[in-house]
Amino acid sequence: MALAKRIIPCLDVDNGRVVKGVNFVGIRDAGDPVEIAKRYNDEGADEITFLDITATHEGRDTTVHTVEKIASQVFIPLTVGGGIRTVDDIRTMLNAGADKVSINSAAVFNPDFVKAASDRFGAQCIVVAIDAKKVSGDGEEPRWEIFTHGGRKPTGINAVEWAVKMAEYGAGEILLTSMDGDGTKKGYDLGVTRAISDAVPIPVIASGGVGNLQHLVDGVTLGRADAVLAASIFHFREYTVPQAKEFMRAQGIEVRL
Amino acid sequence: MTDAPIITQTGKPTVAVIDYGMGNLHSVKSALEHVAPEQNVVVTSDPVVVVMADRVIFPGVGAIRDCMAEIKRLGFDQLLREQIATGKPVLGICVGMQALMDHSEENNGVDCISILPGQVKFFGEHHKDTHGNSLKVPHMGWNQVHHNDHPLWANIPQDARFYFVHSFYIHADEPGLVAATCDYGVEFHAALTRNNLFAVQFHPEKSHTAGLQLLKNFLHWDGRV
Repeated sequence: MALAKRIIPCLDVDNGRVVKGVNFVGIRDAGDPVEIAKRYNDEGADEITFLDITATHEGRDTTVHTVEKIASQVFIPLTVGGGIRTVDDIRTMLNAGADKVSINSAAVFNPDFVKAASDRFGAQCIVVAIDAKKVSGDGEEPRWEIFTHGGRKPTGINAVEWAVKMAEYGAGEILLTSMDGDGTKKGYDLGVTRAISDAVPIPVIASGGVGNLQHLVDGVTLGRADAVLAASIFHFREYTVPQAKEFMRAQGIEVRL
Repeated sequence: MTDAPIITQTGKPTVAVIDYGMGNLHSVKSALEHVAPEQNVVVTSDPVVVVMADRVIFPGVGAIRDCMAEIKRLGFDQLLREQIATGKPVLGICVGMQALMDHSEENNGVDCISILPGQVKFFGEHHKDTHGNSLKVPHMGWNQVHHNDHPLWANIPQDARFYFVHSFYIHADEPGLVAATCDYGVEFHAALTRNNLFAVQFHPEKSHTAGLQLLKNFLHWDGRV
């Protein structure tokens, strides 16, 4: 008996539609988030992550309604991220039915926000999202930095040290996205995944770059992730969640079937 | 999100979800409504509504110190004792279960309600499994629950997985109270029961089919074993 490794489909939502782009550009429409979330719930996904990439203010209201609709039909944990900057933002999403919120840029600009959020709502619902990119050259000691603004802006912050700090500040979980891998279908950056997973006492979700089921396995076995997140392979029905789980189980990974 | 104290929808059994301001009860409410549309689900901090209800759910998330402070401030410790004494079915969930115990190690030690005898302990900073592999804390995700034959486990397979998220675990003093165990480096008590009281460490409202089945069983349970 052991804790199962989690498979988490991710919905990137723009103005109420699920989208998925390669490195955040060239967006493809993948459908209605409520329908898709319901399908993942029924298929046996272990959690759902909803990342709001809506830029406009009006669009944010749509997001709250969408989260409410999803939450009333989905009976697995739901994480909502994107644009979470204040304690009020967190309260709004939790009241809409999210179980956890994911804090990204706001943590970088103001790390104390993570502390305040964790004190107020409990570490169990605070996920810190880290967008990391490799900055070391070939043959150098590997080094990853935090990037903001969809991977365009370097911060100079060491990703592994940052993850440790965020755990100390009260994050309950780390959602680690490799910006080099995201949207490429070449697999997770296993180096940074493993470095962070080994460095922090809290669970780590690997994200960014899944193109096939072996990538999910590698994220767990080589990257030592506690959970694996993927978007497009599930949205476009290249694979179903049960197929992913069967594949992982066949390679000796404990999953919920 | 506390509802207005209107519970006079005739003929419908009512389940009161006790709201003491610690976290969001939306998930619990929508899961209950999903499994029992014929029942009246009320999220409330009004003791009168709780007293009138046919069944009571005592949830909880967050830190035990803050939870206990609110529970005591609102007099819900006494309310719970009285409600349990009436014989109506009562279900504790997660921190709601932990609050029923004698004492928790969280927040440098907090005295709890002492309805069930036992301790709430920390998994530890460097928690390991029996093979020496590191285990992450919080214990977050889907783990197997080994249960007894209590009516609340009806139609739930042995060792079914439920969703947990907690850093502190329960060890009851009386083996007779244990309705289910779970293993995470240490074997802990995932469910306890005594007469009409049932309590679970996991989140049934987030545990998909197995969790919904448990909630459904609770909403049709008469409180007898």
